[in-house]
Amino acid sequence: MQIDFGENRKSKIVGIDLGTTNSLVAVMELTGPRILEDPQGRKIVPSIVSVTSEGKLVAGEEAREMLLTAPERTVYSVKRLMGRGIADVGEELKLFPFRIAENSESVIRLRLGDRTFTPPEISAAVLRTLKENAEAALGAPVTEAVITVPAYFNDAQRQATKDAGRLAGLEVLRLVNEPTAASLAYGLDKRQNGIVAVYDFGGGTFDISILRLHDGIFEVLATNGDTHLGGDDIDNLLLRIALEDVQSEWGYDLSSDSEGVQRLRRAVIRAKEELSFVPESTIELEYHGKAYRRSIDRELFDRLVSPIIERTLERCRACLEDAHLGAEDINEVVMVGGSTRIPLVRTAVERVFKAKPHTELNPDEVVALGAAVQAGILAGEVEDKLLLDVTPLSLGIETMGGVVSKLIARNSTIPASAIETFTTAVDGQRNVLIHVLQGERELVKDCRSLARFDLTGIDPLPAGMARIEVRFLIDANGILNVTARDARTGKGQSVEVKPSYGLTEEQVEAMIVESFEKAEEDMRERQVREARVEADNILAATEKAQKYPAYEDLPREEKSAIETAKRELQAVYHNDDHRLINEKIEALNSATQKLAENLMNTAVGGALKGTKID
Amino acid sequence: MSSVSRNFYEFFGLDKKLVIDNDHLQKRFYDLSRQWHPDRFSRKSPEEQAQALEATSVLNDGYRTLRDPVRRAEYLLTEEGFPIGEQRSKDVPPELLEEVFELNMALEELKGGDEDARPQLETARVNFVRLRTDIDGELEDLFARYDAAEPESKSARQALHEIRGVLNRRRYIENLIRDVDRALNPAASAAEPVQDRL
Repeated sequence: MQIDFGENRKSKIVGIDLGTTNSLVAVMELTGPRILEDPQGRKIVPSIVSVTSEGKLVAGEEAREMLLTAPERTVYSVKRLMGRGIADVGEELKLFPFRIAENSESVIRLRLGDRTFTPPEISAAVLRTLKENAEAALGAPVTEAVITVPAYFNDAQRQATKDAGRLAGLEVLRLVNEPTAASLAYGLDKRQNGIVAVYDFGGGTFDISILRLHDGIFEVLATNGDTHLGGDDIDNLLLRIALEDVQSEWGYDLSSDSEGVQRLRRAVIRAKEELSFVPESTIELEYHGKAYRRSIDRELFDRLVSPIIERTLERCRACLEDAHLGAEDINEVVMVGGSTRIPLVRTAVERVFKAKPHTELNPDEVVALGAAVQAGILAGEVEDKLLLDVTPLSLGIETMGGVVSKLIARNSTIPASAIETFTTAVDGQRNVLIHVLQGERELVKDCRSLARFDLTGIDPLPAGMARIEVRFLIDANGILNVTARDARTGKGQSVEVKPSYGLTEEQVEAMIVESFEKAEEDMRERQVREARVEADNILAATEKAQKYPAYEDLPREEKSAIETAKRELQAVYHNDDHRLINEKIEALNSATQKLAENLMNTAVGGALKGTKID
Repeated sequence: MSSVSRNFYEFFGLDKKLVIDNDHLQKRFYDLSRQWHPDRFSRKSPEEQAQALEATSVLNDGYRTLRDPVRRAEYLLTEEGFPIGEQRSKDVPPELLEEVFELNMALEELKGGDEDARPQLETARVNFVRLRTDIDGELEDLFARYDAAEPESKSARQALHEIRGVLNRRRYIENLIRDVDRALNPAASAAEPVQDRL
């Protein structure tokens, strides 16, 4: 099925930064990684998705405009919901205009207009836009990708990201952690061997990773973070203040007016971004004939956001401790993510690590560039670099009394595995239920449930005699795989790992089929639309030509043939089959052949008449 | 398919010794990572990819085990037929009986809200940490003794037997330190993950 153009025409693996706020796609070239632009020359695709009035999903700039014109059909920051159940996101829902549909227990479904979508489907729309941009820029199909995820993403969030890739028609060859990707882009290994800290403060997530660089090997020693801490939180903080202001000045609550909120949110973000470069800025909103203005200086801004920044610093200290290092051991600090433009963030990070942070590369682009380097490693184009990453969270299983027994410790280099032997509690027992959890706490209720599954087909034996060896393997993407075998017979046991959160394999398959059907439907619609446009053109041209004497000069049967062809085209005009319309266009085209020739001749004749021949 | 050894020492190409040069181990880890990491196999057949995944998981699990002296010793003990056992940390080392008794009293007092118990616990913690350091020195000597003995010989097995006893004592003390830490700082230890040793 795959078309092989030979070694040097092999289609490129792209590197994608699927961000909370913005997304980018990059590719590895001989000179290094390069961000691919869209046909309008833009590098950044806003991670915003909207449903058009025709029910089509659009992403990027187009959707960003619709955030103002059709907020009820538009969604942003959906990365915050990836791989999460309704129970996980209670707080989130108060701050974001997410419209949750019913039947959203284990997988959240968002309502956009009259349709509902899961977060992976929405992310897939962003990925599809990136894929199309990359294909246009490279002039070749793109089917394989490396996608970045926050280092602190758990199994379900990673799985959801992989599903999104599949839904977008991309084979996800590797999920790579954002801070480690950034370290690849910086090419720090060329300068020296040493210890590097990557501080990645993005739109919705925060990660800190500490790496040892050694002759091209990037070994992650420890990682920490918060998948719900980012620039969004700063925006929401300022937005809350501005909404209170507006209420007291205008005398009514704007927060139930989604367009008004979105306009104010834009104003707040603009002021925040400006404050990274100037000492004072203004939040300005003009809306329905009313105006709101509030000036904010950096001192006030710093005071407001410092609790948020302090939360990132706590994670940094914990990460140093996990790496068994002190601040003085860190040789370099790399800044990643748009929120690291905030001057207070830079000074705070410098203070914690006692090193001046690197800010040479654009913090918005560095993750995508690193993803492209990793794509180059997978393609075999980059041979001198290798990334050894870790699992951010401990993996364990439920034991007696709701306690978690840890099997793989956090910060273990991946792939990592653990084998645990299970037995039966009752005579003749044929199934054993296993509950897998992720997290650092000791009690089941405080950890994230990853999967519950049944070991089935165990030979009936007296209690405690069966010995089932279960192997838990975290692969290089940070995703759990489970295999089991009967230690007495060596026979493999059937293990079906059902994620407690997230979509099942069947659900994803169904969505892929649906998206193909949708794509076909979209394609058909487009072809019909195009055929009708052409029909309009030819009908208009014919009618215009019929007003010329050249038409009157035609033989009667020619004239009636044209009339028939016109009527037939008009008859199929509203048909949904574009081929039928095209057929009748063709018929009218050939029926008017003679007329067209006559017109040409009289036109030329007319032109000649008007010319003086001396 | 499984042509790689699942034995950590064999996989790293190391002799079954308890004293290991960590720099050399790290170098082997990096070299073998370059050879086996799944990133190097993404254009290869599914069978080769599966083998790379398998090999790298052994490599990473092995590195994690061998670079830590206690885990390394536990691994070698198990491999040599000295299972660590389930009730490994329950028996109180006789020389600690009195101290542990007093410690448990103080722990109860602090739990009951008696802040006067705090200084006593802090002193106890210092003592236990010192004790652990002593044990680590003891282990070092025993490791050297095992390495010097003829493999499988009576004196090698005797050394392993002693190592197992010392390791049990060490684990016991480590658990005490953890209990004291929890009592002294309950808020931090609630969020505090379990120690990285499993």
